[in-house]
Amino acid sequence: MRRWLTLFGRRGSAPVARERLQILLAHERAMTGNADLLATIQQEILAVIERHVTVDRDKVQIKLERGDPVSTLEVDIEIPTPLGAAPAPRQSASG
Amino acid sequence: MAKVLVVTSGKGGVGKTTSTAALGAALAQGGESVVVVDFDVGLRNLDLVMGAERRVVFDLVNVIQGDAKLPQALIRDKRLDNLALLPASQTRDKDALTPEGVERVIGELRERFDWVICDSPAGIEKGATLAMRHADAAVVVTNPEVSSVRDSDRIIGLLDAKTEKAEKGERMEKHLLLTRYDASRADRGEMLKTDDVLEILSIPLLGIIPESEEVLRSSNLGTPVTLGNPLCAAGRAYRDAARRLKGETVPMILPNERRGLFAKLFGRRVA
Repeated sequence: MRRWLTLFGRRGSAPVARERLQILLAHERAMTGNADLLATIQQEILAVIERHVTVDRDKVQIKLERGDPVSTLEVDIEIPTPLGAAPAPRQSASG
Repeated sequence: MAKVLVVTSGKGGVGKTTSTAALGAALAQGGESVVVVDFDVGLRNLDLVMGAERRVVFDLVNVIQGDAKLPQALIRDKRLDNLALLPASQTRDKDALTPEGVERVIGELRERFDWVICDSPAGIEKGATLAMRHADAAVVVTNPEVSSVRDSDRIIGLLDAKTEKAEKGERMEKHLLLTRYDASRADRGEMLKTDDVLEILSIPLLGIIPESEEVLRSSNLGTPVTLGNPLCAAGRAYRDAARRLKGETVPMILPNERRGLFAKLFGRRVA
């Protein structure tokens, strides 16, 4: 029966479920004991940057993609341009 | 004006999380901005059903405890950019939720979204009562089966007693969502009929979701059933239910799962 389904192009969804679970559970088991790792990493990164510039905590975006074999953590911090250092607005040619 | 919905049932395994994802995605498909919130602290699963499990960084408990700002914890859906998920924590327990914290987060979500849909944990403990606490309306998910109907009755009692609306003396709007319904078994007298359940629980009917293979397939793939196969009867029933939530009048059709010729010819023996 399964071969028939495959012939008609309807591959079962169970292999996808299996793969998703394997990746997820590998990460969750590894996280036991340091559940707040990401919060800690975020706070330490921000602390380093805040030593030099003022950061609006609402303008910090953190994205994570857990994968196999690697995960990516993306920390996007908006740093305001210091007043006075911004280049003067250009004169409009048509003005 | 934002509307806060709680999807609840008392009993576990009746389809709260599936229904939260399906209704949330259907409302978002209709152009509304929607956030689905997982209240099942310690046993989160809405992230899996939504297909966002690899992208969870912060969660509801982090926001309540001030470790993260709300926008950092919200996960935007990859298919619909007006649909977001606020995951539950997997590593804490329900005591990490505080009434004040939940109230603040729900208040912030009201300002950002048209619909805030709270996926309640099973049971009648703290997690379930906090999930319903600030709701404007409740979707009571019930299977046509004795223990589910009994637990739904208990939950309806809590909705009328333990919510902010109830305490203010206002009427809590409640909707029955009958899931895993098998019309042919009900016809043969093997399963409670819709009218039986409605008569016992006496709350208005939001929709009848037929038992469907597509529901398991959708959760395998991490896709809300309303975003999967457009011919799927369960998906269609959820889309109709979502329109009723918006106040539209949609005729209630008793859906029969669309089956291929092969399955029709050989009936149940094939499956």
